[in-house]
Amino acid sequence: MNFDVENIRKDFPILSKKINNKPLIYFDNAATSQTPTSVINSISNYYNNYNANIHRGVHSLSEKATQDFESARTKIKEHFNAGDTKEIIFTSGTTHSINIVANGYTDILKSGDEIIVSGLEHHSNIVPWQMMTKKNNAKLKVIPLKENGELDLKVFENLISDKTKLVFVNHVSNALGVINPKKIIEIAHKNGAIVLVDGAQSSAHFDIDLQKLDVDFFTASAHKLCGPTGIGFLYGKKELLDLLPPYMGGGEMISEVTFEKTTYADLPHKFEAGTPNISGAIAFGYALDYLNNIGLDNIKKYEDYLLKYATNKLKQIDGMIIYGDTPNKTSVISFNIEGLHAYDIGSILDKFGIAVRTGQHCAQPIMDYFKISGTVRASFSFINTVEEIDELIKAITFAKQMLS
Amino acid sequence: MTISEKGQSLVEDFSFMEDWTEKYQYLIDLSKNLAPMDTKFKVEDNLIKGCQSKVWLKASFENELINFQADSDAIISKGIVAILLSVLNDRKPNEILNADLSFIDQIGLKEHLSPNRANGLSSMLKQIKFYALAYSKLN
Repeated sequence: MNFDVENIRKDFPILSKKINNKPLIYFDNAATSQTPTSVINSISNYYNNYNANIHRGVHSLSEKATQDFESARTKIKEHFNAGDTKEIIFTSGTTHSINIVANGYTDILKSGDEIIVSGLEHHSNIVPWQMMTKKNNAKLKVIPLKENGELDLKVFENLISDKTKLVFVNHVSNALGVINPKKIIEIAHKNGAIVLVDGAQSSAHFDIDLQKLDVDFFTASAHKLCGPTGIGFLYGKKELLDLLPPYMGGGEMISEVTFEKTTYADLPHKFEAGTPNISGAIAFGYALDYLNNIGLDNIKKYEDYLLKYATNKLKQIDGMIIYGDTPNKTSVISFNIEGLHAYDIGSILDKFGIAVRTGQHCAQPIMDYFKISGTVRASFSFINTVEEIDELIKAITFAKQMLS
Repeated sequence: MTISEKGQSLVEDFSFMEDWTEKYQYLIDLSKNLAPMDTKFKVEDNLIKGCQSKVWLKASFENELINFQADSDAIISKGIVAILLSVLNDRKPNEILNADLSFIDQIGLKEHLSPNRANGLSSMLKQIKFYALAYSKLN
C-alpha cells in the first residue's frame, strides 16, 4: 500500500504520547479525530495575531478575522461542492445543525404529516425529532435494520407516502460504520419529501459532493475532520433555508431592529446569532486544507485497506461477532466476543494504550435490535497503521485469555 | 476487623502486586468468588445507575447488620463491587456511614483499575451509603 503514513503521523503531536506507559494507539476516530499541527497552529495564530470580532469593526484586525472566517466558509462550500456560500451556516456541530432544522419545521408541519428517521440513527438525530413531533403532532416512523446492519429499503418504500414531509438519515452509522445508499434521497424526493443527511461519520472518509447527492440538508462537525470541537456547519438548499425561521435571536442575525420589529439578516447570518466560534471556523478551513492535501481518495483507499486487514484478523479470533459486516462501510468495526462484556475488553485494551469506544455509542435502538448491551468499537483513520492493528489483535487475545 | 483495618490489609495485598495484570487478575478472581445473587433480585430496581455495565446491588437488614448481594454482567465491574463488599458487607449502618474509605485511593482503584467513570465505582459507593443511611434511620 503506497501511503506515507509514517510521515503523516509526524503531523499529529498527540501520537507521541504514552498511555499507561505504552505508545498511544488511537482507535476512537469515530468519536473525534486527532488534530494536526497546522490546525492547532491556526488557532494560536488567530489569538496571537488577529483576535477580533467579525463583521463589525472597521479596524484592520476585524477585517482580517472576518476575511479568514468567510474564507473558511468558502473552503467548506468548495470542499463539499455546495451551490452557494450562503447555503453554509456555521453551527457548533451536527447536533446544533439538526436542532435548527427540527426547530424550523416545528411550525411548518402539522398534525397528520409524517417524518421518517432511519433505525441506524445516533440519539442526536432521534431526540430533536421526537421533541418536534410532541409539539406539532406529526408522526415519526422508523426505517428498520436488516440483520447485516443495513437499512431495509423495501420497508422504507412502503413507509413513505405523500404524507411524508421529511426524511432523516445518517450518511454513515456511527455505531456500525455502514454507509447508507443515495437511493434513500431519490426515493424521498420521488415522494416529495425533504431529506436531511447527517454527515458526521461520512465526511472524514470519502469525498462528498452535495449537488450530486442532491440532498436538501446536510451537516458535519469539524472535530471528526481533523478540526477543533465546537464548530460544524449546516448546509441547506437556499430556498429551504429561506423558509426556516431563525433558531436563536441576537446580534449578527438581524438587519434592522426597533422595539416594534426586527428584520432578519439574509442567509447565512440569519442562523448565526451572536459571536461565532471564529478561531474554530478558521481552523476548520485549515483542517479541510490538510485533508485535501492528502486527498480524500487516497485516505479512502488506505482506510479501506486497514478495514479489510483488521476485519480479516479479527475474524480469526474465536467467538468474534462483528455487527454490520457489509461491503459498503467506513473503517469502523463494532464487535463483541461471545461470553465477554464489551466494557471488560475495553478496560483491558486501555491498559495496552489502545483507545476504543465501548457501550451503546449513543445509538440504543441499534443495540436493542441486536439484543446486546453494547459493543466494542474500533474506528480507524488514515493516521493508523497495520502494526497498530496487530497490537490490537494481541491485546484482544490477551484480554480474552484473562477474562475467560 | 474494622472497616479501616480490612481496608489497610487490602492496601498491603495490593502493594505486592507489580503491575496492572496482577491487579486485574485479583479483581477477576474476586469476581468469580463473589457469592451468587439470586436471579429474582436482578431487576431494574436494584440496578445501579451510572455504570456502563449492569451492576445490581441488593441490601437486607438483620441483627443490626446490612447484608449486600451484588452481581454484574461485566467481570471487572463485578470484581470492583466484590472488593467493596469484602470491606463493607455485614457492617452496622453507622460503621459504613463513618467509614474511612481511603483504601480506595491507596490501592489505586480509582486511577489504575478504572479507566473512566463508566465503571461506576462512585455510583456503587453512593448506593451502599444510601442503604446505610436508610437503615440507620430504622434504629
